[in-house]
Amino acid sequence: MTLTVFWIFGVIAMGSALLCITRKNPIASALWLVVTLFAVAALFVLLDAQFLAALQVLVYAGAIMVLFLFVIMLLNLGRPGPTDIKGPLGLLVAAVLAGALLLQLRVLSQTTLPAAIQLLPGTVAAVQEQRGIVGAVATPLFDTYLVPFEIASVLLLAAIVGAVVLAKRKL
Amino acid sequence: MLLSPALAISAVLFTLGVAGVLLRRNVIVIFMCVELMLNAVNLTFVALAQSLGLGGQVFVFFVMAVAAAEAAVGLAIILAVYRHKQSVSLQNMNLLKDG
Repeated sequence: MTLTVFWIFGVIAMGSALLCITRKNPIASALWLVVTLFAVAALFVLLDAQFLAALQVLVYAGAIMVLFLFVIMLLNLGRPGPTDIKGPLGLLVAAVLAGALLLQLRVLSQTTLPAAIQLLPGTVAAVQEQRGIVGAVATPLFDTYLVPFEIASVLLLAAIVGAVVLAKRKL
Repeated sequence: MLLSPALAISAVLFTLGVAGVLLRRNVIVIFMCVELMLNAVNLTFVALAQSLGLGGQVFVFFVMAVAAAEAAVGLAIILAVYRHKQSVSLQNMNLLKDG
């Protein structure tokens, strides 16, 4: 049952990703990407990452995609115009390279994890039961990964300043 | 176990992102394809976190933070380029190529 639901959302994600890269209108592309992000959030729920699924909807489908749509609106790109999709040669190159990459990724995912580093089935669920859904992720984030967390805040500050400097007409 | 279907879906999503980058000329759409690739990697992290520990889920946080920073700065660069070239097509962004 879970596997069926998983594949349904997976097919939704892959289909809307395909539509995203083939739509001529950038607004249509952005909206299909939102569908993909929602489907990936559903996959996160099925993979025991409920908190990340909520963040995916809030940060990705909410904030980042609104930023994209806002820029599309600001640059007035929604009007119909010549297509930006490359011709047959570009399509051939893209198909061959993407096919080669997919083959490599499939081979890579066939490798089995060594049993020594694998957790017992249900370990993650047990930790989530003990500390709560959010606590299970928050404890390592503020404990083991505290320094990367602080560095991420500096990165976000730098990104804010950089975005203002780049987008402003005159400082 | 959901590991192998998750890895398969993630591989397809990443490939579609790469194909989109190769196929399109609109910078904004190319940018959205990069976000698609980041999401495919996030899916791999979450899938492997089930059998390798919650560190994978924590790493997804950092990927999301970097993606948000990247989107803000990248879209600001696109706005700045549009102001000079009146276009978001990669064909018109050849300043370093032609000299």
